[in-house]
Amino acid sequence: MVHPFLILEWLEQQLHTHLGPHVTYTWLVMAILIVVAFLASRNISMVPSGVQNFMETVVTGVEGLIEETMGEEGKAYFPLIATFALFILVSNLIALIPGFYPPTANLNTNAALALTVFFMTHVVGIKKHGLAYLKHFMGPILWLAPLIFIIEIIGHLARPMSLSLRLFGNMYGHEIVLMIFVGLVPFLLPVPMMLMGVLVAFIQTFVFTLLAMIYIAGALEEAH
Amino acid sequence: MEFFAWCMIAAGIGMGLGSFGTGIGQGLAIKSAVEGVARNPGASGKILTTMMIGLAMIESLAIYVFVVAMIILFANPFTEQVVQLLAK
Repeated sequence: MVHPFLILEWLEQQLHTHLGPHVTYTWLVMAILIVVAFLASRNISMVPSGVQNFMETVVTGVEGLIEETMGEEGKAYFPLIATFALFILVSNLIALIPGFYPPTANLNTNAALALTVFFMTHVVGIKKHGLAYLKHFMGPILWLAPLIFIIEIIGHLARPMSLSLRLFGNMYGHEIVLMIFVGLVPFLLPVPMMLMGVLVAFIQTFVFTLLAMIYIAGALEEAH
Repeated sequence: MEFFAWCMIAAGIGMGLGSFGTGIGQGLAIKSAVEGVARNPGASGKILTTMMIGLAMIESLAIYVFVVAMIILFANPFTEQVVQLLAK
């Protein structure tokens, strides 16, 4: 129940490889981002113009969001967060072009992203606090620690699941609703849904990056 | 055959119940956020960010129901066994 015709899937079938559309479209998104980054940084000038101007606005926006949420410490994680934001945004928006499949509408891509966030938070926490990082899981009262520990572990394991399932459900659900509308009345009826899709694409990108930032900031702060 | 009819009913009613609660929850969240902005327009940026996180958390409930409904409809683990039983 996704797009009836996918350009890259067709190309792939001509070449007789078995990769799945989410892999090929991830490559496409990567190619788009690399080309844009190359164009933006090809000849950097003090007075920006064209692509450089646009990318500077995007980067400044993400940087401001990181500083607002994580404080001065968060600037070290700018590359990771900005990569998440750009990759997810382009992947989501690509769904609006006919014949293109958003890689984020597949659980595998989202699980990869969410697991990166999951491991990153713990690596950052252990690097910053050492063994004292375990205090994050213990709660304030010592004799309640065994109980709190189990609950905290479940809570931490639920994070990658909710992160990946949220993005997957939103994008896949949007695809399905769009295809049902196209099946009912192909003319003009899907347009409001596509407008909604633009909104969903931006909000889900925002939510994913914001939650990633909050999780990393939570690992960085001192245990209560 | 009755199995598949029940699958459809389960998916539909489940999705309805899921969005019912989620709708009420999101409505309450937005109500409080709008009241906050009306009282203190200067804090709208901070309120918007917090509201977005909250809405995403509430919304994920409906998304879980949607994923379960999709599993029931398109990737039901019991389909093969039921088809085998029907063939007998």
